[in-house]
Amino acid sequence: MSGVRVLVGTRKGAFVMTADGKRDQWDITGPHFGGWEIYHVKGSPADPDRLYASQSTGWFGQLIQRSDDGGKSWEPVGNEFAYEGVPGTHLWYDGTPHPWEFKRVWDLEPALDDPDTVYAGVEDAALFRSTDGGKSWQELSGLRTHPSASSWQLGAGGMCLHTVILDRANPGRMFIAISAAGAFRSDDAGKTWRPINHGLKSAQIPNPEAEVGHCVHRIAMHPDRPNKLFMQKHWDVMRSDDAGESWHEVSGNLPTDFGFPIDVHAHEPDTVFVVPIKSDSEHYPPDGKLRVYRSRTGGDDWQELTNGLPQRDCYVNVLRDAMAVDSLDSCGVYFGTTGGQVYCSSDSGDHWAAIARDLPSVLSVEVQTLA
Amino acid sequence: MIRVVLPVHLRTLAQVGGEVQLDVAGTPTQRSVLDALEASYPQLRGTTRDHVTRRRRPFIRFFACERDLSNESPDTPLPEEVAKGDEPLLVVGAMAGG
Repeated sequence: MSGVRVLVGTRKGAFVMTADGKRDQWDITGPHFGGWEIYHVKGSPADPDRLYASQSTGWFGQLIQRSDDGGKSWEPVGNEFAYEGVPGTHLWYDGTPHPWEFKRVWDLEPALDDPDTVYAGVEDAALFRSTDGGKSWQELSGLRTHPSASSWQLGAGGMCLHTVILDRANPGRMFIAISAAGAFRSDDAGKTWRPINHGLKSAQIPNPEAEVGHCVHRIAMHPDRPNKLFMQKHWDVMRSDDAGESWHEVSGNLPTDFGFPIDVHAHEPDTVFVVPIKSDSEHYPPDGKLRVYRSRTGGDDWQELTNGLPQRDCYVNVLRDAMAVDSLDSCGVYFGTTGGQVYCSSDSGDHWAAIARDLPSVLSVEVQTLA
Repeated sequence: MIRVVLPVHLRTLAQVGGEVQLDVAGTPTQRSVLDALEASYPQLRGTTRDHVTRRRRPFIRFFACERDLSNESPDTPLPEEVAKGDEPLLVVGAMAGG
């Protein structure tokens, strides 16, 4: 029987959760790398037993761990992320130039067709690639050396490249997102990049419609509709129907359009999920009710999903990388909270149940659908 | 033989249970001991010193003989007791965070 493996990164370690296709009985292992911040764990689409994990602390810096057996055992691989050439400067919080400094890996994106190739989105914002299973890393410096880069300014969480999307239908096309620079696209496998932020409006920057400077929290794409992108911005839920050339707002009837994660149903490219958060300073659900919102129409028209989720006294957040979907026939949706809960719905969000309730604060959730 | 005591997370990473013992040529210094440590345990590269600047990570401390050597030059000879193996060099995670 097919099943799923959920990969959870938390402030104090990683957890691996497995279940069969019913997704009602879970086996949980961990914490792996106890005491370390695990920003992201992700499996290779080309080899589901190949996993990569980003492990870091303020004490000991960045490590990358690799598993070749689905998370049963791990080995540290390369952890040297050196910017190519003279790194240059971006803008600091006070608006002064500040040298690019590597801090951590936020996002690991294994290549679609090669388990030894993996991309790393890092803070301060840059994109790296390994082609030897994580042993060594080379920067794709065309992004960081984009002419606009000296004007990029960090958000409260640091200037992080947190989203990497590879387009199976258009080899060489990649999307990335940076807080707070915006979204960028490459059509030549990461050599050159251009901002794709037309249509975004951000009242928090001097020119609300600037080419760069937007705090994009997350982008999602359905692999069968690679030109249709969904974005959760600092405020506003956005959609593009032309691979990022232009965006329009689809916040519709959401109770608040601030939030962090966004994801697309595995089998319904127009069905999208968000978790509204009250505001940029009040990082918890409105009214103390944890609600996922689902649109089956590509946005604008949203339905609240509450069955099985706490509907009083709930003041957790759901971070940008902490939502995922599986591709079983009945699409599973997963998310983790800063309160340490990991929730699963095995029916596209209609009903929810907690896989775990008392983990460390959840940073990321990924899921693998296993044959 | 230089004795080094690592913090628990680095012992786990290096897969060692207790003190690490290292052969260091010449007069031992922070730099030469850390070089020897990383040569013996490559998985520790970057964990006590920044890969690029080679500077001590801000939340790492080096203690020996009840002295804080963290702000000494990395090329300053370590105390004679450490050089002779009578005392270990302590690599310590600073008190920080929760």
